[in-house]
Amino acid sequence: MSKIKFLTLGFIFGVILIKAEVISWFRIQEMFRFQAFQMYGIIGSAVVIGVISVFLIKKYNIKTIKGEEIKIEPKKFSIGNIIGGLMFGLGWAMTGACPGPLYALVGSGLLIIAVVLLSAVFGTWVYGCLRNKFPH
Amino acid sequence: MSILTQPWPWYVSGPLIGLMVPILLIMGNKTFGISSSLRHICAACIPGKAEFFKYDWKAESWNLIFALGIVLGGLVAGYFFANPNPIQISEATVADLSSMGIKDFSGFVPNDIFNFQSLLTVKGFLLMIVGGFFVGFGTRYAGGCTSGHSIMGMSNLQLPSLIATICFFVGGLAMTWFILPWIMSL
Repeated sequence: MSKIKFLTLGFIFGVILIKAEVISWFRIQEMFRFQAFQMYGIIGSAVVIGVISVFLIKKYNIKTIKGEEIKIEPKKFSIGNIIGGLMFGLGWAMTGACPGPLYALVGSGLLIIAVVLLSAVFGTWVYGCLRNKFPH
Repeated sequence: MSILTQPWPWYVSGPLIGLMVPILLIMGNKTFGISSSLRHICAACIPGKAEFFKYDWKAESWNLIFALGIVLGGLVAGYFFANPNPIQISEATVADLSSMGIKDFSGFVPNDIFNFQSLLTVKGFLLMIVGGFFVGFGTRYAGGCTSGHSIMGMSNLQLPSLIATICFFVGGLAMTWFILPWIMSL
């Protein structure tokens, strides 16, 4: 049951990514060149809705549909937020995609993006193998 | 049907993306984030000797199923709800990118660079292979991507997520303004 639930939610998210056009390499270029408002509007309004939702969940102690307490792990600061963040930023502007859009682009029929996705898996693997050699 | 084939404006799609945060929390007690799925793929397929990949990835498999859902959503929206017109890119961006040699603006990516033949060119290799590597390595080192940090983390007012998001942008600006013109000239 829970598999169908997450498959459906992922499906909806995939449709939104395509219809929002955030999966477009050109849109990402527009954003980094400050030549269109679209991407800022999308990320900004998504964060506003997210902030309000999390605030309300905490304030009214809203439970999950199963009645469980909702837990959100706090993010701990690491120098990786900076170094890794800069690295991802470079890759974001090169590929025009972050991980969610990579999956959606492959689905949309762009098989070449499967190569980019595999390279991202490989990047994660290399990080995992060399993790102890980097500051955290 | 036109609502499905037309692109959605930012004030529709942005809030819908934001709603993924409470929906995942309330429906499954899960925090929104995509890049972890890359780690689970490694743990499932090529764990090797690394401690980082020795964990019960099956317990986190919701994230992989969610990613599979994104692929299927992309398939349905890409084939059946496809926008018949090319994406409306600002004229300034088209002019800038044209001056760097991009000619094909018809798809989601510049098809004249993002294709299998150009994997063997320096430009194509850098943008697709090295770019993809940076996405995978960088997101894991940063502890999240645009969804996990910029949307989920910022929704929970996490300072590390704000720092990571600023760094995503600094990296993207450096690439766009200083490095990409050089790569495109290769």
